[in-house]
Amino acid sequence: MSLYLLRRLIQALGVMAIMSLIVFLGVFAIGDPVEMLISPDADQIERERAVIALGLDKPIWQQYLIFLGNALRGDLGRSFVFNEPALQLILSRMPATLELAFGATIMAIIIGLPLGLYAGLRPNGSLSKAIMAISILGFSLPTFWVGLMLIMVFAVQLGWLPSTGRGETAMLFGLRWSFLTQDGLAHLIMPATNLALFKISLVIRLTRAGVRETMLMDYVKFARAKGLSPSRVTFVHVFKNILIPVVTVVGLELGSTIAFSVVTESIFAWPGMGKLIIDSINVLDRPVIVAYLMVIVFMFIMINLIVDLTYSVLDPRVRLESKG
Amino acid sequence: MMKPMMAVAATLALVATQVSAQNLTMAVGAPVTSLDPHYHQLSPNNAAADMIFDRLVDTDVRSRNIPGLALTWTAIEPTVWEFKLRPNVRFHNGNAFTAEDVAFTIARLPNVPNSPSSFAIYSRPITAVEIVDPLTIRFRTATPYPLLPLDMTNVRILNRATHERSTTEDFNAGRAAIGTGPYRVVSHRIGDRIELERNDAFWGERPAYGRVNYRMITNDAARTAALLAGDVDVIDQVPTSDLARLRTDPRVTLSEIVGLRLIFLGLDHLRAADANSPFITDNNGQPLGRNPLQDVRVRRALSIAIDRRAIVDRVMEGAAIPASQFLPEGTYSHVPDLPAPGYDPDAARRLLAEAGYPQGFRITLAGPNDRYINDARIIQAVGQMWTRIGVRTAVEAQPWTTFVARAGRAEFSAHLIGWGSNPDGSHPLRNILATANRDRGWGSSNRGRYSNPRLDELLLRSLSELDDTRREQLLIEAQRMAADDVAVIPLHIQTNIWASRRGIVITARASELTLAQDVRPATAR
Repeated sequence: MSLYLLRRLIQALGVMAIMSLIVFLGVFAIGDPVEMLISPDADQIERERAVIALGLDKPIWQQYLIFLGNALRGDLGRSFVFNEPALQLILSRMPATLELAFGATIMAIIIGLPLGLYAGLRPNGSLSKAIMAISILGFSLPTFWVGLMLIMVFAVQLGWLPSTGRGETAMLFGLRWSFLTQDGLAHLIMPATNLALFKISLVIRLTRAGVRETMLMDYVKFARAKGLSPSRVTFVHVFKNILIPVVTVVGLELGSTIAFSVVTESIFAWPGMGKLIIDSINVLDRPVIVAYLMVIVFMFIMINLIVDLTYSVLDPRVRLESKG
Repeated sequence: MMKPMMAVAATLALVATQVSAQNLTMAVGAPVTSLDPHYHQLSPNNAAADMIFDRLVDTDVRSRNIPGLALTWTAIEPTVWEFKLRPNVRFHNGNAFTAEDVAFTIARLPNVPNSPSSFAIYSRPITAVEIVDPLTIRFRTATPYPLLPLDMTNVRILNRATHERSTTEDFNAGRAAIGTGPYRVVSHRIGDRIELERNDAFWGERPAYGRVNYRMITNDAARTAALLAGDVDVIDQVPTSDLARLRTDPRVTLSEIVGLRLIFLGLDHLRAADANSPFITDNNGQPLGRNPLQDVRVRRALSIAIDRRAIVDRVMEGAAIPASQFLPEGTYSHVPDLPAPGYDPDAARRLLAEAGYPQGFRITLAGPNDRYINDARIIQAVGQMWTRIGVRTAVEAQPWTTFVARAGRAEFSAHLIGWGSNPDGSHPLRNILATANRDRGWGSSNRGRYSNPRLDELLLRSLSELDDTRREQLLIEAQRMAADDVAVIPLHIQTNIWASRRGIVITARASELTLAQDVRPATAR
């Protein structure tokens, strides 16, 4: 087990090293940060000064080596725009994004699993058909449109919920969280729902497909033949077995929500990481873009690891072997 | 679960309206990136700084110079400016403001580490600073320098005792964001919000609101929705697509003023008359062998082929005025009797024929699609108008990040771009129209590489002319010359628009800056 973890960590370092090179070269290829950031009426001398101040006068390989050297010491560079350490900037935005992503994921599980289970157990019921039809909408409606509609209906027309922002926050572990205050929760509902719609649909469809497949399995028939109660069959024999694909997808979805909930965060002016990355891309704040992608790669590696560990809990046949 | 939550939200909204007489929530479209007033020369940052700090020379809503921390300024010798400072001014922490603080500020400008766009351009002309007495300071310059008061409208004054060791991070954290201005900082969350509290010891007019929540909502639709939902009281950068609806909405008041930002087309003056311009071909797509844009008749034809009124009315929804020059009427060095070119496609075709292009040619018009209001739609409209006179135009809209780098390398034959002027003709002349010259610091945004020695000569004379009337004549002459020569094709000057909830008004500013001290209840005054 520990050997397995060690191997995974070494792999992770390798992936991150390769990623850093790709990201660095990729970011280098677009535009000129000085042109983006400099005041239009700056003269030539001021432009030259800015190029040097941002370290862009050096050849790219030298810039990369400086970046690597600093990265090994835990310093992922300084934002051109904010003059703050990039990593610190990203981490300070993380709680906002985390609570949004977890809010959406929890909604997806609480709503998606029961509905999917129901639709799988009664595939021909009219309610099941309605659930499946609505889940198609959840897939196909664009997030930005749904987001704006939510704002128009619940904030502008009905005035039930605040339209944008994070609301009041409370401190926990030295970080600011919205979900701890009523005002913050009210602010959280709409963006989390907006993010959750797609996930709910996904979980419904995965669960339903899983249930329908599993219900035909021999061991389920056998359990029923043995005279076990229908609820025991459903929740022990069926449910546990459909969870593996659901856990995989929910895990990856959680990751991509944390990393790329750009649209929702922009529309709801939610001060999270997604808004930071899109703002940084717009002004070519290279250190933040690079640091952000490094953090995201690390996060995905970690999520995959946790998903793999969860498999072994759910399905004893999956072994975490060092040859693995 | 949902129902009680909404009841709570509704209660909170009710509480919010009850206390709103003292509290103000504003939403701006462009994020403030730093509270250090000398870190990044950027409009949103300058707006934030103008609520917290003061300048020696302040500006009114039309961007004209008025006394700020300085009461008077005079050139006592051709190369010496003397500023008399305002007495009894205190910083938020109680320190008194003196000439020492001005000297400290000037010295700090070029020494802010990592600045992506520094304020050093305003301290560079100053060769020496002399403190005559605590309320008198003199600036020496190498040559006569009439623009020094204008430069001082860009410099926010810090306190030596407070800021001697302050870093940009100290300002961002709010610790060092201590000025003499109408508001003091309560808290700051980068890219999200600034919370401000009225400075009751402020020397100037007392702001109407005691507490201000200055939020950044970059998405246009969300900003408008936040206003309509009553979550914010004032928004800036009202999207033109919402204008028609908001004008008739009784819940909303709009404040408008003609701004200082000209949208214009830059043309390729770099390629010689007998060379190929990169995006111009003959009608069969073959190289033309010459650059038609070097012929003033072609440039004029392209200019009068544009129906500016139609662009303003239909594309801009009325949020602009057709223009022939950089500065709007009523601004120092605006050229009188120079109306926006009329729309005359027949005359344009005749000019093209005279210039030797009776069948026209093909051109690609480039522009950004995420920078100026309706930028991509404007170049589409211009493209259709040019095609109507026989200049078959393809349109290439692209993100600003790629566009601006290519435009800077003069890669385009024709491009759309904008320029926000200081209220002084020397500003656009120096940066856009003067021949690029590193030593003079001229033409750094002259992306069409226009060059006119006679214009340069006039500009040079104006830059050492201390008499404002004579200087204005020189600037007007130079700008008229550029207009006659169609150095660039001006399209329109944007109108700056704010929207507020009924019962609240904001004074519109030509400078585009959104300031809390400009907001007041509609009944007051």
